[in-house]
Amino acid sequence: MKKRKLLEERFFRYLTGAAAWSLMAILLLIIGVIFYRGFNALTPDMILRLPKGGFYYGGEGGVLNAIVGSLYIAGGATLLAILAGFPAALFINVHLIRFTRTRNFIRYLLDALWGIPSIVYGAFGFTLMLLMGMQASLLAGIITVALLIIPIMVRTFDEVLSTIPRGLPEAAFALGSTNTQTAFRVIFRQGMPGFITAVLLSFGRGIGDAASVLFTAGYTDRIPVNLDEPAATLPLAIFFQLGSPIPEVRDRAFASAIILTVIILIISIISRAIGHKFK
Amino acid sequence: MRLRSIYTDRIASRLMVIMLIAILCMPLVIAAGLFYKASPLLSSSSLWELIAGSAWAPTRGVFGFRPFIAGSLYVTLFAFLFASPVCLLAALYLTQFARARLVKILHPVIDILAGLPSVIYGVWGILVVVPLISFLAEDWFGVQTTGYSILAGGVVLAVMCIPYMLNMLIEVFRTVPAGLKEAALSVGATHWETVKHIVIRKSLPGIFSAFGLSIAKAFGETIAVMMVVGNSIGFSLNPLQPGYPLPALIANNYGEMLSIPMYDAALMFAALLLLVIILVINLVFRFIIYRTQLR
Repeated sequence: MKKRKLLEERFFRYLTGAAAWSLMAILLLIIGVIFYRGFNALTPDMILRLPKGGFYYGGEGGVLNAIVGSLYIAGGATLLAILAGFPAALFINVHLIRFTRTRNFIRYLLDALWGIPSIVYGAFGFTLMLLMGMQASLLAGIITVALLIIPIMVRTFDEVLSTIPRGLPEAAFALGSTNTQTAFRVIFRQGMPGFITAVLLSFGRGIGDAASVLFTAGYTDRIPVNLDEPAATLPLAIFFQLGSPIPEVRDRAFASAIILTVIILIISIISRAIGHKFK
Repeated sequence: MRLRSIYTDRIASRLMVIMLIAILCMPLVIAAGLFYKASPLLSSSSLWELIAGSAWAPTRGVFGFRPFIAGSLYVTLFAFLFASPVCLLAALYLTQFARARLVKILHPVIDILAGLPSVIYGVWGILVVVPLISFLAEDWFGVQTTGYSILAGGVVLAVMCIPYMLNMLIEVFRTVPAGLKEAALSVGATHWETVKHIVIRKSLPGIFSAFGLSIAKAFGETIAVMMVVGNSIGFSLNPLQPGYPLPALIANNYGEMLSIPMYDAALMFAALLLLVIILVINLVFRFIIYRTQLR
């Protein structure tokens, strides 16, 4: 009887351990395979040059247009999302601090919003674009991605703000400061690391999302200089190049995948470093 | 000076509450926009015909979404079957068995997995999962296939869902009170018995919700699945056959939808369907989570 218990204990300890460590294996496998396949095609040209004529048939050039386009779209969308999401998150944690039930209800709705898939945002952005008589453009892409990342931004920022001890805003109120002063001078300063994490997380999500820009941002070989011009994005560059039957072009898709992965890893490392610094 | 700060406060508070309300109304606005675009289709054929019909001929104006809905459900089912045991065991290990040092190593791994874009998962699927399935199908069953199949979609989707599901499960297991576990240990239960009888039983509603929310997430995932699932219309129960999930249908046909009448309405209807299904699942399971947290 005792022996069976011991055996069961051991068995499940190893089984659960194996499941946990398999995650590490999966991550290494994904990154390893992509680096292995894409490394040969990853030349300085890939990062530093625009596609030249016949690029999609194996000609010269790089995916600079997609890198810059992605940064533009993710950057613009993050900016819009900050404008909309940052006041909303502060409002939940300052003005509504006495109304726990309302706060919980709002968080409940925001969490549900987070679950809406990006393709739905893409389709909605497309509808909006047609309604306003716009073409597929940088602006349409930015708006759609902004809608997608707003719930992420608000909820992440809110999560950090909600850990601020209640005595802090109470002290500010007791000294006679208004709600707005408390929000921007006290709570925001205290929640700064959370704000940076939320921004970086949203930026990363914006740069990697393909389904929302598929309809709205279009694709072009140039770097857009105006908001009404179409813009290429890195995920779509990978997706389109993979559709080619030519091996060189497919190799370049893998090289583009390395670029995207590295960008995401850098964002992740920065946000981790900031998190540690403020702890 | 005092007056000025009161006025700034009023204006700023107004703006902040407007932003918040606008954000909370977003799903309604999205649903309304999609419904508006889909309404021509809804007025020409009934809802039941659209959902249950299996004929798909855009040029003749016939739209039946059953094969696509079935394809989505099938891919999601496989993803759930693969992901849930791994997540359950890994979450138990990370919250109950592992030493703090190991948890510190594995947490960034989960974060990075959660942050990888879906295109990257799709590329990995094409490089690893698809050839593997093609090879194994021929080796074990003697079936010739390209590997682009429902099964490949399920595997890629499972890997994508793992970090999402795992984070929720870890959260759930963390809320089990230590006193309960200590009580079990003090009457002579082994560590695993405590986990089996106390931790899991106590967190059943949470586990249930985490599974539900992951299913909703898997259901709406687009690009990665679309890259490996084969995208051919017609549903078969054989997981080695290609399928065509709902999100892939929308993403694949946006180019031609403006040239065929009613096609855009049909695709927007598909997006609306996706939104409603996922929003309902989310609201229900989030509600269960909040109920258990409040208690």
